[in-house]
Amino acid sequence: MVNLENLISESQADFSVCDDMPALENAKAKYLGKTGALTEALKGLGKLSNGERPAAGAAINVVKQAVEAALNARREAILSAEQAKQLAAESLDVSLPARAQSQGGLHPVTLTLRRIEQLFHSIGFDVATGPEIETDFYNFTALNIPENHPARAMHDTFYVDANHLQKDDKRTDFVLRTHTSPVQVHYMENALKNNQTPPLKIIAPGRVYRVDSDATHSPMFHQVEGLWVDENISFANLKGVVQDFLQKFFERDDLTVRFRPSFFPFTEPSAEMDMSWNGGWLEIGGCGMVHPEVFKHVNIDNEKYRGFAFGLGVERLAMLRYGVNDLRHFFNNDLRFLSQFK
Amino acid sequence: MQFSENWLRTFVNPSMTSVQLGHALTMAGLEVEEMAPVAPAFDSIVIGEVIEAIKHPDADRLQVCKVNVGKEILQIVCGASNARVGLKVPCALVGAELPGISIKQAKVRGVESFGMLCSAKELGLAAEANGLLELPDDAVAGQDIREYLYLNDYAFTLKLTPNRADCLSILGIARDVTAITGAPLTLPVLNTAKIESTKIQAVNVAAKQACPAYYGRVIESVNAQAKTPDWMIRNLERSGVRSISAIVDITNYVLLELGQPMHAFDLATLNGAINVRFASENEQIKLLNNTDIKLAGDDLVIADNSGAIALAGIMGGEPTSVTDATTAIFLESAFFTPDTIAGKARRLGLSTDSSYRFERGVDFGHTKLALERATDLVLQICGGKAGEISEVVNQLPERVSVTLRYSRLCSVLGITIPKQTVGILLTQLGFKFTENDDIFVIKAPSYRFDIAREEDLIEEIARLHGYDKIPAITPSANLSMLNAPESALSAAWLHDALQAQGYQEIITYSFVDESWERDLLGNANPIKLKNPIASNLSVMRSGLWGGLLDTLTYNINRKQERAMLFEVGSSYHQTPQGFDEQARVAGLFYGAFQPEQWGATSKDVDFYDVKATIEQLTQGNAEYRLETHTALHPGQSARIYLDGNPIGWLGKLHPKWQQHYGLAKNCFLFELEVSPLLQKPVASYFEVPKTLAIRRDLAVIVDVNKPVQEIINAVTNAKIPLVTQVQLFDIYQGKGIPENKKSLALSVLMQDTHKTLVDIEAEAAMAQLLKLLENQFGASLRN
Repeated sequence: MVNLENLISESQADFSVCDDMPALENAKAKYLGKTGALTEALKGLGKLSNGERPAAGAAINVVKQAVEAALNARREAILSAEQAKQLAAESLDVSLPARAQSQGGLHPVTLTLRRIEQLFHSIGFDVATGPEIETDFYNFTALNIPENHPARAMHDTFYVDANHLQKDDKRTDFVLRTHTSPVQVHYMENALKNNQTPPLKIIAPGRVYRVDSDATHSPMFHQVEGLWVDENISFANLKGVVQDFLQKFFERDDLTVRFRPSFFPFTEPSAEMDMSWNGGWLEIGGCGMVHPEVFKHVNIDNEKYRGFAFGLGVERLAMLRYGVNDLRHFFNNDLRFLSQFK
Repeated sequence: MQFSENWLRTFVNPSMTSVQLGHALTMAGLEVEEMAPVAPAFDSIVIGEVIEAIKHPDADRLQVCKVNVGKEILQIVCGASNARVGLKVPCALVGAELPGISIKQAKVRGVESFGMLCSAKELGLAAEANGLLELPDDAVAGQDIREYLYLNDYAFTLKLTPNRADCLSILGIARDVTAITGAPLTLPVLNTAKIESTKIQAVNVAAKQACPAYYGRVIESVNAQAKTPDWMIRNLERSGVRSISAIVDITNYVLLELGQPMHAFDLATLNGAINVRFASENEQIKLLNNTDIKLAGDDLVIADNSGAIALAGIMGGEPTSVTDATTAIFLESAFFTPDTIAGKARRLGLSTDSSYRFERGVDFGHTKLALERATDLVLQICGGKAGEISEVVNQLPERVSVTLRYSRLCSVLGITIPKQTVGILLTQLGFKFTENDDIFVIKAPSYRFDIAREEDLIEEIARLHGYDKIPAITPSANLSMLNAPESALSAAWLHDALQAQGYQEIITYSFVDESWERDLLGNANPIKLKNPIASNLSVMRSGLWGGLLDTLTYNINRKQERAMLFEVGSSYHQTPQGFDEQARVAGLFYGAFQPEQWGATSKDVDFYDVKATIEQLTQGNAEYRLETHTALHPGQSARIYLDGNPIGWLGKLHPKWQQHYGLAKNCFLFELEVSPLLQKPVASYFEVPKTLAIRRDLAVIVDVNKPVQEIINAVTNAKIPLVTQVQLFDIYQGKGIPENKKSLALSVLMQDTHKTLVDIEAEAAMAQLLKLLENQFGASLRN
């Protein structure tokens, strides 16, 4: 008969030197295997008398539980050591760059247009669009710029060849729109066709074209036209809206707007809008009260309603907002320039 | 419009500095584009009279002069060859600052010098000078040269708007200054000529409507070679007009002073009566600028028996022009209506000071007065004897009465202007008006062509009252929300989606090189511009790839090795009615699929990489069919369909174009119509199954050319009971598969909404599926 008392300390000593699971299993066999000491001890119970057996059995069980506890404790210790080792092996340099696609970006003109649309949307302006190849009628006549009017000379107009049309249609000249103002006319026409009455509030962003190309002029650029037709809208309101917009756009409460008398055939009174900037004034666009002739073309009652309209140069706003110093950057599409805008 | 401030101030002289005057003009709508001092800001330069000039003892080219400068006699060493006794010249005293020169007491080759005698160049009055500026005999030694030459003057340049033709003269600007400031207007003294000649030139006006007023007179015995007086030359030059000869200068002077274009004919060259008529078709005329032009039937001409001798209101003719030999002139002052002149000068490529004014509107109220003014000047300067005025006057334009409602004025402007102010401003404007019950009735004067309706008056009052005094007031309005259809995506979504995938937006011109259209996009008949800005920007694009490829090469030339670009913009197309525009989104992917990095194997972009972009933009609903496009590789080009409609293309740039553009790596392109992409059905709930789906896999062998999408579509459309989804998870060609065949591994999901499927039901569905593939696609089960 083995010495049961020593088995516990022996097994603890044996287990403690096992560093991995196979070794521990081997060590376990010495005590709990088929020929292990405790197994043998249990087999030996049969040789004992009925009277001795319960006490001896209980004694063996106590030892067995203690050995099993030692075994489990060691097993846990080995597992957790192994896991720690694995975790350590899996450790990364988290500072390495991500595995990634390149970063995209939006054109500064798009970013500027978005800001403009967002700000005007916040006071209920819808976005309207119109064609870029316009008829002479919408680009000029409906805006009170009749043929031979000297104001036409202010617009260096691109004319579009319409040779594919039947002779009758050729009487209409087609042009690349010189401003976004024709969208006003389209929008008011459509609104009335759909029985929509004022208030009408839109902005019309888009590409416009002038035969002009140098360091400060691009033959294609972007404008935003704004229009508000309502019963009691005033020139002072126009100034209010434009100033509000510029303050919010540039995030500067101290910005003020100055109106200078000017002339546009489609507005009266008309004004050039200047914005206070670094102690001086910067021209930012044109505006005015919608001219009665324009309302006449779209059948809006000039007595009941009036409206204001304004046109802003998008590239100009973008240049001021982002500090871009050369208009030509916008259409060269140099990625070293564009990637500065996200 | 350029003019001398001093000249203006002889008409109206408000107590304002030059800068204040400039600001006031700008803020009243006469934008001052430039204010250039006529001389640099020097002082201590006086008139000196050379009273002795002796050769410098030690320098051949220098003279030692004694110069009387009024208060004293100075010794000045001078190198100018025209320095001589008796000469009066500008003399810079010690301490004077000239442009780039400070005058100090100095020794010149051992001789003391106390100042400097000046040339026009040294004073900054001319770019070049030949010797000292010689002053006339009337100059008095000691007088400040600034005073003597009226150098305290600015040349103002106004950027006038087309409606303000009335300000194309000193008189007109002066009138507006009076309207702005209230300062009184002084008109030049006008002498009516004594009639000393009996010669009368007959005048007929056939075009009565186009020329409602024509005045002309003969002046005999003129000296055409008379010298133009200095004061006139000065006023002309500071107003941007060069002196030519006395008679021409006088007509230009009256044009600038009163705004009335004038013309002088050499009387000896006229042949019979003057007739104002429309040209006959193809009639010829030789103009003053020595060009021969052919006229059209709506060109108005001044003619005599020999034919057209002047293009009315635009330019005179060469054969009848005044020369040095002229001894008698016929002086013309007429009113031609704006409609008659408008557009003609532009059509003929001749914009003159005269046509510029006539097409905008010349005061028809002082046509005759201008003739008297010019006559007076001719008689003063060239001498001569004036004849009676021939005049033909028909129906002049009528000025309508315009009503201004005081209440409307205030409500349109959004401010209250005292009613009294309105009256004062109208008076300062020189408008005749009556006022009754808050209603002003105004009749515009003959020089204003822009006062025909109430709004015109509102603008006048507003600009004179001051736009500055109009406050910025944000409007009050009824609040109602804008529509926000959930089924419509915004264009911003498209931008964001592409940006998130790594694409950089670009914006390129809508007009492109014709070859891009013709060769790259196969558009033989692109929309042409009649007046392109450059030959390589001459047609409107029908697609966006040209701009993308151009941008790519631009950036490759700047050392970029890969690029992901996109543009959203219009394409332009001809239609039977005119033109059509379509919003498109196009992209380009060039080079490595990902930027060079440590953790990924480098691979060039391929078809399926870019297809993923299309899948996202179309929300996985697109169909791809192998079709060919001139720009694309025929084996890697897909036309994209959405709901059965073609909406664009995706493919690899054709190798010939890749070579053409010098691209080292593969380049993929796509282009889609925007509007179909911006539609998204509003989500609608259906019940989530309570049971789990089961999956069976199936491998079939089909012809290698059979598009997988067709098979998937057929299976989906067959709506086999229980089958909810069929997906491809592998494709295999090669060992074990017959040549010209491929093996497709399909996963099949099956689902019953109410109960769990049993094997036998699944087997039946799979058998039905296989049968369908066998029948429709000749598929066989792979063992």
